[in-house]
Amino acid sequence: MSTALVPLAILMGLVTYPFRAIPLLIPGFERLPEGVRLYLRLVGPAVLAALAAVNTMVARDEAGPPVFQIGPEWIAVGLCIAVVAARRSLLIGLVLAAGLMAALRYLEVVPLPT
Amino acid sequence: MVSAGGFGLVYGLSARSAGFSPIEAGAMSVFVFAGAAQFVAIGYVAGGFSWLAIVALTAFLNARHVLYAAALAPYLTDRPRWVRATMAHLCTDEAFALAIAHFRRTGIGDVRGYWMGAIVSTFIPWNVATLVGVTIGGSIPDPARLGLDVIFPAAMGGLAVGLVTGRRELVAAIAGAVVGVGVALAWDPAAGIIAGGVLGPALGIAVRPGTRDHDREGQLAFGPEPMHDHEHEHAVPFVPQRSDHAQGDPEAGDR
Repeated sequence: MSTALVPLAILMGLVTYPFRAIPLLIPGFERLPEGVRLYLRLVGPAVLAALAAVNTMVARDEAGPPVFQIGPEWIAVGLCIAVVAARRSLLIGLVLAAGLMAALRYLEVVPLPT
Repeated sequence: MVSAGGFGLVYGLSARSAGFSPIEAGAMSVFVFAGAAQFVAIGYVAGGFSWLAIVALTAFLNARHVLYAAALAPYLTDRPRWVRATMAHLCTDEAFALAIAHFRRTGIGDVRGYWMGAIVSTFIPWNVATLVGVTIGGSIPDPARLGLDVIFPAAMGGLAVGLVTGRRELVAAIAGAVVGVGVALAWDPAAGIIAGGVLGPALGIAVRPGTRDHDREGQLAFGPEPMHDHEHEHAVPFVPQRSDHAQGDPEAGDR
């Protein structure tokens, strides 16, 4: 059984821990400037939205430059987002998104990814 | 607990479909213990990105945890350093949401209540479900037939929506997506994500908050001062309730 990614997991944990620990261990750290607090608060939605958009809309072909793609993934991701916005349940959104893609592929409306 | 288990199961399935072994997926859940970053790692390991890029993106994505810890800190100043150091590793979105609601309601830093929310409700279900998912995933011959390949972008989108609690967050998310796609097409997908994550918040700060956003401004980072009234310690039983922020945070509810 492979353990090749365990060091990566440890590295990811090591860079995460200081953000969780420093304010708890250094007195007064919680008094961050307002601008820094606001910026940090906005990083989460921005980077997650960028991840979703790039992974849905940009296809990477090894032979060429990245290209804009339009496909059924848009509908599946959009469905998940709509469910989260309406029901506040990411789990239901993910199940519906995966279920939609599975159904479209089962019905051969869209091909399996190569 | 149920939602943490459910999302952990999906994480485990996704990890397996990306080629993670149970040990590797489990190590992520133990050492990183951050749902969004773990999903990012799955997508980027599968995409062949460098470890440096994955670690940098992890740090960037988890930087928001500094706000959670900063909000909890005033309630925990009288606790031993090793206790606070241990609590830090478990300070996820959900643990924070449960703890801050409890601390604010009782006015004290109830460490036992924190352990209940962080370990019993989150850490254990998340890790058990990870192992179940990655084990089950090994018996699925073609994950794409089940639509598992769309889980990653859908999870990222859903998590982003859950963090949108006002106009500024909405602008930051939209700007992050637009900048991300633009830079990805013009240069490189990884660079696009970093650019979206850096420039999105800057644009979010530039807009005026919505009229109802002010109520939420300090909610994430700073609540009322702790009472330090130990006569009330343990007077109120721990009944986990989410803050308004957490209710809008599916990562909080789904790990």
